[in-house]
Amino acid sequence: MEISRHWRLKRQRYALIGEVCPHCKKKIFPPRDICPECSEDARTLYQFSGRGEVYSYTTVFQAPAGYEEHAPYTVALVKLEEGPMLTAQLTDLGDEPVEVGMPVEMVTRKLRSDGEKGMLVYSYKFRPRFKEAVR
Amino acid sequence: MTEKKETPILKPLRDVGIVGYGAYIPRYRLPAREVARVWKSGTGGLSIEEKAVAGLDEDVITMSIEAARNALARASIDPTEIRAVWVGSESHPYAVKPTSTVVAESIGATPHTQAADWEFACKAGTEAMQAAIGFVGSDMADYAMAIGMDTAQGRPGDPLEYTAGAGGAAFLLGPAEMSLATIEGSYSYATDTPDFFRRAEEKYPVHGERFTGEPAYFKHITSAAQALMEALNCSPSDFQHVIFHQPNTKFPKRVAKQLGFTMDQIETGLLVPKIGNVYAGSSLVGLTAVLDVAEPEERILLVSYGSGAGSDAMSLRTKALLPERRGLAPRTHDYISRRTEIDYATYARYHGKIAMK
Ligand SMILES: [Zn+2]
Repeated sequence: MEISRHWRLKRQRYALIGEVCPHCKKKIFPPRDICPECSEDARTLYQFSGRGEVYSYTTVFQAPAGYEEHAPYTVALVKLEEGPMLTAQLTDLGDEPVEVGMPVEMVTRKLRSDGEKGMLVYSYKFRPRFKEAVR
Repeated sequence: MTEKKETPILKPLRDVGIVGYGAYIPRYRLPAREVARVWKSGTGGLSIEEKAVAGLDEDVITMSIEAARNALARASIDPTEIRAVWVGSESHPYAVKPTSTVVAESIGATPHTQAADWEFACKAGTEAMQAAIGFVGSDMADYAMAIGMDTAQGRPGDPLEYTAGAGGAAFLLGPAEMSLATIEGSYSYATDTPDFFRRAEEKYPVHGERFTGEPAYFKHITSAAQALMEALNCSPSDFQHVIFHQPNTKFPKRVAKQLGFTMDQIETGLLVPKIGNVYAGSSLVGLTAVLDVAEPEERILLVSYGSGAGSDAMSLRTKALLPERRGLAPRTHDYISRRTEIDYATYARYHGKIAMK
């Protein structure tokens, strides 16, 4: 993947920044500038909370190029509490079994490297919800 | 010849404090007995119980991001008001390309900010903090983030391998009136002392055996602590808590005794038996554990040590806001008790000690 693409995607990848539709208030991730609900222009940035739950998951044993050192790993469809669904790796699973409906939270982690000498790519992953901060 | 000057205590023009703090310790633990099992058939003295080990997808960048987010949650400020993100470490993932820009971007502090990586062995984090105190204290900025974080490495079988751990902490410095703890004064002491080093192309460091003790760790910490206490006109009994750099369990206990502190005063901030020596994060993560429990108007003394060599000493006073804010992010002991034990083989895989392809 080229460096320019990593650079363009950095905000959504590092911090889960998507968009909110100013017309119907739908929260959008990944950002696509057009609301999938009402088809209006939607470019207002929105910081997602990072909280969600596992909608479904699978374990990857034969990893694609660049991800080999991490295999086996778990990939999940995560439903964010604001609505959107996204695909992401689960991390820090320890000995806990993954379950559908498991509460998870976003963390920024190393996704892969473009070879030994290439760029390190950082992105969102999800881990078992750590602990609700007490307000 | 002029007369001998007073101790040059560092005091900014405007009062500065910690407006937010956050720790990060990874989930994995390598027990010292497991290292001993592999290298010494289970014999030999163990200076700690276990050390924290970073996962395969973690490094100083990702760990700093989480600590910074915790600090920001407790500060409850808009990240676009941050004017500096400074990360001190000896394990920056890139040789050239700052850790700090990725951290700044991830917490929403870009683009109106300074960003830089700091290096000074185990005191890179407190060095960044001293600079942040100056940056805020001179009124150049309202907020500056200083981070000390490391994923330390020891050569397989080396004594360092028992203790070299992963973790650290982030501190958001800001105006004293908004702070959870104010900085009463600080002082830095540095000399050229070759007790520990790693050349640019080498993977593992070299340590000067017995040279690491008296003229290095003990000399610098006691000099810095005594100078600061003298300048502030106070003594060990004025502090509820004291935190020293903790490369093992023995050194901080011994230096505490030399200076006249009790074991009660160092206990809360002494995390090395459970997480290992986290280098640039060592004394700073100890400070987070103290801030997690301290009552308002308590005094805390922090003294770091970095090989090469130098010590930063800081005196802090906790404020009424601290108990209200600390619950806004996970506490340091939450991270310590989130624990998955790994064996030496898994550890070797996590740290690239096995060549694969
Ligand atoms: Zn819409």
